[in-house]
Amino acid sequence: MSATAESVQERRAALKGLGTSRKRVEDARFTQGKGNYVDDIKLPDMLFGDFVRSQHAHARVKSIDTSAAIELPGVIAVLTAKDLEPLSLHWMPTLAGDKQMVLADGKVLFQGQEVAFVVAEDRYIAADAVDLVKVEYEELPVLVDPFKAELPDAPILREDIADEKEGAHGARRHPNHIFTWEQGDKAGTEAVIGEADVVAEEMVYYHRTHPCPMETCGSVASMDKVNGKLTLWGTFQAPHVVRTVASLLSGIAEHNIRVVSPDIGGGFGNKVGVYPGYVCSIVASIVTGQPVKWVEDRMENLSATAFARDYWMQGKIAATKEGKILGLWCHTTADHGAFDACADPTKYPAGFMSICTGSYDIPTAYLAVDGIYTNKAPGGVAYRCSFRVTEAAYFIERMIEVLAIKLNMDAAELRAKNFIRKDQFPYQSALGWEYDSGDYHTAWDKALDAVGYKQLRAEQAQQVEDFKAGKTRKLMGVGLCHFTEIVGAGPVKNCDILGMGMFDSCEIRIHPTGSALARLGTISQGQGHATTFAQILASEIGISADDITIEEGDTDTAPYGLGTYGSRSTPVAGAATAMAGRKIRAKAQMIAAYLLEVHDNDLEWEVDRFVVKGAPERFKTMKEIAYASYNQAIPGVEPGLEAVSYYDPPNMTYPFGAYICVMDIDVDTGEAGVRQFYALDDCGTRINPMIIEGQVHGGLTEALAIAMGQEIAYDELGNVKTGTLMDFFIPTSWETPNYQTDYTETPSPHHPIGAKGVGESPNVGGVPAFSNAVNDAFRAFGLTHTHMPHDHWRIWQTANKLGLHN
Amino acid sequence: MITGSFEYHQPGTVPDAIALLSKLGDDARVIAGGHSLIPTMKLRLAMPEHLIDLQACQELKKISVSGGEVCIGAMTTQAELIASEELHQAAPIVRETSLQIADPQVRYMGTLGGNVANGDPGNDMPALMQCLDATFVLSGPDGERTVLAREFYEAAYFTARDDLEILTEARFPVCAGGYSYEKQKRKIGDYATAAAAVLLSKGGDGGCETASIALTNLADTPIYCQQASEHLVQNGVSDASIADAVTSAMGQIDPVDDNRGPAEFKRHAAAIILQRAIQQAWSRA
Ligand SMILES: Cc1cc2nc3c(=O)[nH]c(=O)nc-3n(C[C@H](O)[C@H](O)[C@H](O)COP(=O)(O)OP(=O)(O)OC[C@H]3O[C@@H](n4cnc5c(N)ncnc54)[C@H](O)[C@@H]3O)c2cc1C
Repeated sequence: MSATAESVQERRAALKGLGTSRKRVEDARFTQGKGNYVDDIKLPDMLFGDFVRSQHAHARVKSIDTSAAIELPGVIAVLTAKDLEPLSLHWMPTLAGDKQMVLADGKVLFQGQEVAFVVAEDRYIAADAVDLVKVEYEELPVLVDPFKAELPDAPILREDIADEKEGAHGARRHPNHIFTWEQGDKAGTEAVIGEADVVAEEMVYYHRTHPCPMETCGSVASMDKVNGKLTLWGTFQAPHVVRTVASLLSGIAEHNIRVVSPDIGGGFGNKVGVYPGYVCSIVASIVTGQPVKWVEDRMENLSATAFARDYWMQGKIAATKEGKILGLWCHTTADHGAFDACADPTKYPAGFMSICTGSYDIPTAYLAVDGIYTNKAPGGVAYRCSFRVTEAAYFIERMIEVLAIKLNMDAAELRAKNFIRKDQFPYQSALGWEYDSGDYHTAWDKALDAVGYKQLRAEQAQQVEDFKAGKTRKLMGVGLCHFTEIVGAGPVKNCDILGMGMFDSCEIRIHPTGSALARLGTISQGQGHATTFAQILASEIGISADDITIEEGDTDTAPYGLGTYGSRSTPVAGAATAMAGRKIRAKAQMIAAYLLEVHDNDLEWEVDRFVVKGAPERFKTMKEIAYASYNQAIPGVEPGLEAVSYYDPPNMTYPFGAYICVMDIDVDTGEAGVRQFYALDDCGTRINPMIIEGQVHGGLTEALAIAMGQEIAYDELGNVKTGTLMDFFIPTSWETPNYQTDYTETPSPHHPIGAKGVGESPNVGGVPAFSNAVNDAFRAFGLTHTHMPHDHWRIWQTANKLGLHN
Repeated sequence: MITGSFEYHQPGTVPDAIALLSKLGDDARVIAGGHSLIPTMKLRLAMPEHLIDLQACQELKKISVSGGEVCIGAMTTQAELIASEELHQAAPIVRETSLQIADPQVRYMGTLGGNVANGDPGNDMPALMQCLDATFVLSGPDGERTVLAREFYEAAYFTARDDLEILTEARFPVCAGGYSYEKQKRKIGDYATAAAAVLLSKGGDGGCETASIALTNLADTPIYCQQASEHLVQNGVSDASIADAVTSAMGQIDPVDDNRGPAEFKRHAAAIILQRAIQQAWSRA
């Protein structure tokens, strides 16, 4: 007789493990205003730093006069590059192998660049003192267009490396050129394109935008001159890497540095890099011996802290007359701004842009990316996507549409014709990736059925007729997208950040009374790690998720990890959690065997206990085992119940999804409204369906923003035109449409629990879906492609150019 | 994004406020809801040394309707304008407009007086007041005077108000007939790409008895469209007369390129918005 089926079920439910829509344990404090963010940190004698920033995009700094600022009562110090130079901290290395000025060293290269750092007793005095610093500039010609960077009359931006022919990623052909990165088979692809029946060509621009997390970036540095320890609290998506970098830069031994990421109010890639504010707060604390806080304001965040995208992707796609794709060619001009401060794994200067063959079985492909310096803020971070994956997805999902137009074929059919088939996985892509698992056709058919695709097309055709007959001034667009991501960076053999392999970690302690503490190398910024990692563990070790505390973000206690970005937490740290849980279980099995006086192999695991095979009434629960591990001498077994796992993933994971957006467009005002949005996500094993849904809603809303209006725009003098939330579009509930979510579940074969990661899918897949809907609305009138963001005036302009206002 | 330092004053009555303003002169500004002024101060585009807060001047908080006239105190918030049933009965266009200003947080603070006195061409209340043919009451060291809303705006941020005067109230006749405030904006919390306020009343014969049209954010001041209004009264409301009225109104606008789009687009959008506003108002007349 085994335990009744029901009780097994009840015990399983009580664990709140995998697949449970467990409520987020974080929310109690967030919804009650009890979060603890960087700006909530208050220390005795704390000083405040504030930046003098350049109003010019390109200028020589003739002189900096800090005397009036220093004289202002309450001002403690004003740092300039001259003060940092003796410490070799006036420049710092970037994650992309370049270097970046911490404070303007002789010139400024973008509007908003940090010129001097004022330290004062409070932030009001600091702000007043900023106004008193007199900087004399000599303006230089400004370069904002990356396509003009290599013209004979182009100003040379980076005089510091103007003569260097080799950069971190190979040859540089011009002082304003950073790198050329090539993947795939150039000659083969060009041959295919030369011979194919049909070739579609397009320039696809993914405009410059910004992650704009609700909490801006900031830090508090506290140097204890007595014990020589530096504590640094900050908005860090990768606290351990920050500790290592801080140690290498400052010369302070790593064990004397403690980095803490407290609650983080959204990151979206904005908080991966190292910013001048962090460095200046550390230096100021070392100089003054007092804690120094620096928190940027919204305008500083938008105009100077890492942007995202700015990829000009020239594409060619070749196919047979029947629509079988034969080859894909892409040349990208990447505008990196004034310093190459992209946050990509070291060997990937264009991130994983080479996932741009998307969900399709494309036999031949070639990708080249040229990185270019311009007089804009540095960045190029992965805004809610794995390194450049959203650029890649946008590119291929636009190219498919452009090809469908050229073939005069339905774009849904064209996709289905070219999907990688289920039986082709694991699939080797032409650009070198091994896709782990997928079932694209099933997801696609489910999506088309769910929205009633055929009827939508019939309705659309009727509306075009009505429009032509003058019966309506509205058009409808059906935006299709089938995306494949590459996330969970990544295998240490080819993925590192500043030399640190991109493994991740989990350390578990089981307490005597059967509850647990798990610490990870990642850091939640709103993703709900404290909720979901406890669920992974609950299913592995049979302790209720409610009895497991998850801790992250303090480098003095958490095991070393590479942090949270690129949807890597579940694929990498989630795997480490499961593996550490399995180590706990293995030891627990030995203890249970001793307690039950049987051989290890005579036991089997059942939800929360080890049961003697064939004798179900004889068992030991995890709780009992935990207690025994602390209070009994067990021969050959060390006391205690703890485990650590450092997980080096064998491969990336490849989440995918099918999104469909139905949009109504007012041809006269350019206003667009989303009528329906269907999002099917396949993220492998689903840990917490409610959190998945929340992530999808949030990511889709960011995608809506990006596609429909959000941008960092510059004028020809390099002035930021969209530096406040009046102009930088963040949707409110009013602009946010209703979303219909759905799923299929194709586990990753190489991940311990089959999970692939989901946090970024909706941003990656959402942008093409929204943009395709706008483009599709005008397809019947001859439009092939129009650039994002699709704000009112640009949609109006599209209609206008097509003659729809005549 | 931190203001310069300033002295804060909170007089209890309008005369006290005027006395303070006279005493402190150029260095002082009155503050109402602060939702236009404080952002400018945070950008340090304005650095007044003294702020005279009108919150405590109770006589500036009122909405009254009597004898065919509506009277609204300057310190009445946009939220209060929306909430007042009495006002809604007398001039429903006020609620319709107010609901399209910013978001609830801003409307709890922003006042009618601040909105019309500010002189920002983006503000919605000035065109509304011109459409309603409102009269502004100004109080200064030399006493009280009135100025028509249609004559109040001189250029962006320049009005007929003397620096030492306080705008105390706006008065306008109770509305009859149909109304519409149409506003195109990029998102909640945005100023208008183009907006139009329209009041129309129908005569017994089905003709257009009265018409009043004003436009927001299409020039450096609000625009009262007298000719277009008269055109509708003379010709009645039909597709053809609407088109002519719109053409006439468009002759008065002078939009500028900004992040909402180039002037060319705004001209087109403005014509559509005005056309829709006239149609909507007429359908309600
Ligand atoms: C995010 C945001 C979005 C917004 N969107 C819109 C919008 O869509 N449409 C819109 O119309 N407005 C909008 N506003 C502005 C808002 O309506 C303001 O509240 C309003 O413009 C000013 O009113 P206030 O009471 O806040 O005035 P304040 O900011 O206090 O004052 C504005 C100016 O008027 C002067 N002033 C104020 N009261 C008086 C008085 N009684 N006599 C003389 N001078 C006076 C002040 O000295 C100051 O110069 C927005 C504001 C924000 C912050």
